[in-house]
Amino acid sequence: MQELIHRAKSLLESGEVVRVLGWRKGENDWDVEPAFFATTEDLEANFIYNGFCGANLSKYMIEASKLDGKTLVFLKPCDSYSFNQLIKEHRINREKAYIIGVGCKGKLKIENIDAEGILSVDGAGYPDCSETLTVHTLYGDKEIAYKDAMLERCHVCKGKEHKIYDELLGDSIDTCDADRFAEIAKIEAMSPEEKFAFFQAELSKCIRCNACRNVCPACSCRKCVFDSTKFDSAQKANTTSFEEKMFHIIRAFHVAGRCTDCGECSRVCPQGIPLHLFNRKFIKDINSLYGEYQAGADIDAAAPLTSFRADDAEPGVGRG
Amino acid sequence: MPVTENWKPKIVAFCCNWCSYAGADLAGSSRLAYPADVKIIKVPCSCRVNPMFILRAFEKGADGVIMCGCHPGDCHYSTGNYYARRRMTLLFSMLDYLGVENGRTRVEWVSAAEGVKFSETMNSFVEKVRSLGPSVRLGDLRCKN
Ligand code: SF4
Ligand code: SF4
Ligand code: SF4
Repeated sequence: MQELIHRAKSLLESGEVVRVLGWRKGENDWDVEPAFFATTEDLEANFIYNGFCGANLSKYMIEASKLDGKTLVFLKPCDSYSFNQLIKEHRINREKAYIIGVGCKGKLKIENIDAEGILSVDGAGYPDCSETLTVHTLYGDKEIAYKDAMLERCHVCKGKEHKIYDELLGDSIDTCDADRFAEIAKIEAMSPEEKFAFFQAELSKCIRCNACRNVCPACSCRKCVFDSTKFDSAQKANTTSFEEKMFHIIRAFHVAGRCTDCGECSRVCPQGIPLHLFNRKFIKDINSLYGEYQAGADIDAAAPLTSFRADDAEPGVGRG
Repeated sequence: MPVTENWKPKIVAFCCNWCSYAGADLAGSSRLAYPADVKIIKVPCSCRVNPMFILRAFEKGADGVIMCGCHPGDCHYSTGNYYARRRMTLLFSMLDYLGVENGRTRVEWVSAAEGVKFSETMNSFVEKVRSLGPSVRLGDLRCKN
């Protein structure tokens, strides 16, 4: 972390960048939040890079692209796919960013640590990332395997190679230990009634906070279909009951072919809804029907829903 | 829901103005029968069918939705049906994943000259949906109490 602060400070001081987009310390180890830093003092006092820096900073570059001067942005390997995808969609200006690709050893989800009355967590800070985390709680200490506390997306990590950067800092650890499509295949094998019951149980938990949409780098439309047309205040949905009921499917379809599977939607959902199950279903189908495609990996690749082949599969063919 | 002998599925058919809608006309003027429960919605091109239209139909209680367009290569606007095909392929697969079986969705390419194909397609689709019985209520997707 010190080397990131050191580098950020020197880029600020030299005038190469005028602000830094990074993560800010919270009250506790785990309530880290994305933030802009304009001074070296602020960086020194408040910048943090630890195991709880799951937040993907790419989307904030949309706003930063409109400001004067360059912004230094820190991107983890998975974040770099989102950044690329936003360039492809002309939402951010590459020239306005100085990218430091930071290493990643897997990010943590506080809900997975979930020990009552947590006071602090040892081992979540870099560079001392370890095999086990020690959780200090009101009721004594508890040990937990680092892997068991990781975000879902880190178990199916796309790899620790940055797709875009100006320089790299810090080490990574391979965290991938699961098949990204295993859960999808399991659901596909259910009966129609089971499928419906499963999704109904999950989606009925939704409180329509819109956090999934707000955090999603692919959801960067200036006017979103889910914004209220009647009230301009809070961008809360106040559209029709149809959109209310079909929210998750509509959103998943809007980002189909553009979703990089960055995992932010599932990370932020306060209701713990596994939103990746929707996006990954589309990704799985796209891969098998139109050839392997990873959004954000290659800016010049033809996107699956804005291209076609004369001999594409017919809907329903080979699917019973 | 128990299915009675004379239960009739609700079917929505999106038909392209340039081909299948004309094909439906031809079927009608040739006195070829197709079930009256098929509600046809005319669209300017199969590509006009926003995936939301299909969701809307199911949300409102349709038991099956079919989309008909010009044969690949024959689109009035050259390529609309190719884009529509990819969209519908992914959407139908998603619907199946949610519990709205594949048998309840279909895409068929029907030209203006294919009145017979139009009537056969509708008959076989209605039969298929009838055999599946009433659909899950997609509108209840978020209504578990
Ligand atoms: S839908 Fe979710 S996983 Fe996909 S890009 Fe958006 S936040 Fe990331
Ligand atoms: S839900 Fe759809 S319209 Fe809204 S921001 Fe996402 S992609 Fe855009
Ligand atoms: S983040 Fe979760 S609870 Fe909030 S709108 Fe999205 S799915 Fe619903």
